[in-house]
Amino acid sequence: MINKIVQSMAEAMAGIKDGSTVLIGGFGAVGQPDELIEALIEHGARDLVCVANNAGNGRVGLAKLMELGRVRKIICSFPRSAGSVVFEELYRAGKIELEIVPQGTMAERMRAAGAGVPAFFTATSVGTILANGKEQRDFNGRTYVMEHALKGDVALVEGWEGDRWGNLTYRASGRNFNPVMAMAADLTIAQVSHIRELGDLVPENVHTPGIFVSRVIQVDRGPAWA
Amino acid sequence: MQGFDRKAMAARLAQDIPEGWYVNLGIGIPTMVGDYVPLDREVILHSENGILGMGPAPAKDKVDPWLVNAGKQAVTLRAGGSYCHHADSFAMIRGGHIDLCVLGAFEVAQNGDIANWATSENDTAPAVGGAMDLGAGAKRLWVIMEHTTKDGRPKLVEACGYPLTTPRAVKRVYTNLGVFDVVAEKGFVVVDLAPGVLLEQVQAASGAVLHTQ
Repeated sequence: MINKIVQSMAEAMAGIKDGSTVLIGGFGAVGQPDELIEALIEHGARDLVCVANNAGNGRVGLAKLMELGRVRKIICSFPRSAGSVVFEELYRAGKIELEIVPQGTMAERMRAAGAGVPAFFTATSVGTILANGKEQRDFNGRTYVMEHALKGDVALVEGWEGDRWGNLTYRASGRNFNPVMAMAADLTIAQVSHIRELGDLVPENVHTPGIFVSRVIQVDRGPAWA
Repeated sequence: MQGFDRKAMAARLAQDIPEGWYVNLGIGIPTMVGDYVPLDREVILHSENGILGMGPAPAKDKVDPWLVNAGKQAVTLRAGGSYCHHADSFAMIRGGHIDLCVLGAFEVAQNGDIANWATSENDTAPAVGGAMDLGAGAKRLWVIMEHTTKDGRPKLVEACGYPLTTPRAVKRVYTNLGVFDVVAEKGFVVVDLAPGVLLEQVQAASGAVLHTQ
């Protein structure tokens, strides 16, 4: 019997190695797997490369992971925001590497990794400093820049519902990067608000088929998110 | 010189969006544009975090924490609206399916170059977000911004001094002083001036020649 549901965060984090590239879902706080990030802190892996749209807020979650010195490099589209104090301190002090990627290119690089496409061409960033050093080619009279697939060793994602085969649904705009990250990593760990019996999720409405998911754990996000 | 206030700027732009367009609104003044499109004119708002058919802000007691716009503010979903993941959301943008994107800017040049993501004097990390995808991918890009910086420097310029977001992308600019098309081989062309504003005054506040029709 396949059962991807795990009962403890220690089981969920088992095997995550130092030096891993970790894809972290979410757009701001929405769809961001806070409980899994806390568990990764507890787990202790270091020298991580983290891929996330934002560079953390306040001093919890991803910001705390960075503050503890566990993150060597962050790949993101929008590191600067009102609450990104930890990142800005570390960046100014030269204690963290930053790779800025346009948001759509970041999503597509992970989708490509999950789909077995090693690289692709996009018009995004052509003629800007973010295209410096990248191969360019013309197609049908327009110039495009080559972008490489971005694969994770681990993905931490947040779903709304999950079952023991790893099928996931997402809630509203909580979907964001989670499905593309789920497909782009060797080990995908999903936290969900609700565990469903196998067969209870409407097949047409499964957003991430279980083939992309390694482990599922239920979390209680509190009444505001219920 | 009177000019438009921010609400009037947003309303002026909104009046030029026809029914049926798919529209992405950037953070800041662009977001306000949505408030001035009447609900009976069906304009479908796209938010890059995976919302198509975004509605206005909810009442305080109706906030759904799972539903935010690109600026992370609480929003609603209109009847007929849908959600998608980030790669599909940017396929809508990169694939040329979005009729209009409205962004703010630090500078717009007379050849349509836009700079809106990084300033050289900024020592914190620059943040590009989806601006480069939108600039390169939307069918048309309009900018809405103050005509000058807070210290009076022009933002309509001959050539951008800040790092570019997208070259030759801007088709039209809405400011507190008027509306300006960006025309190939020509530059800025005045479409409309704000109430009480004279052409000489707008020209004096601009860093590039303003042509009249």
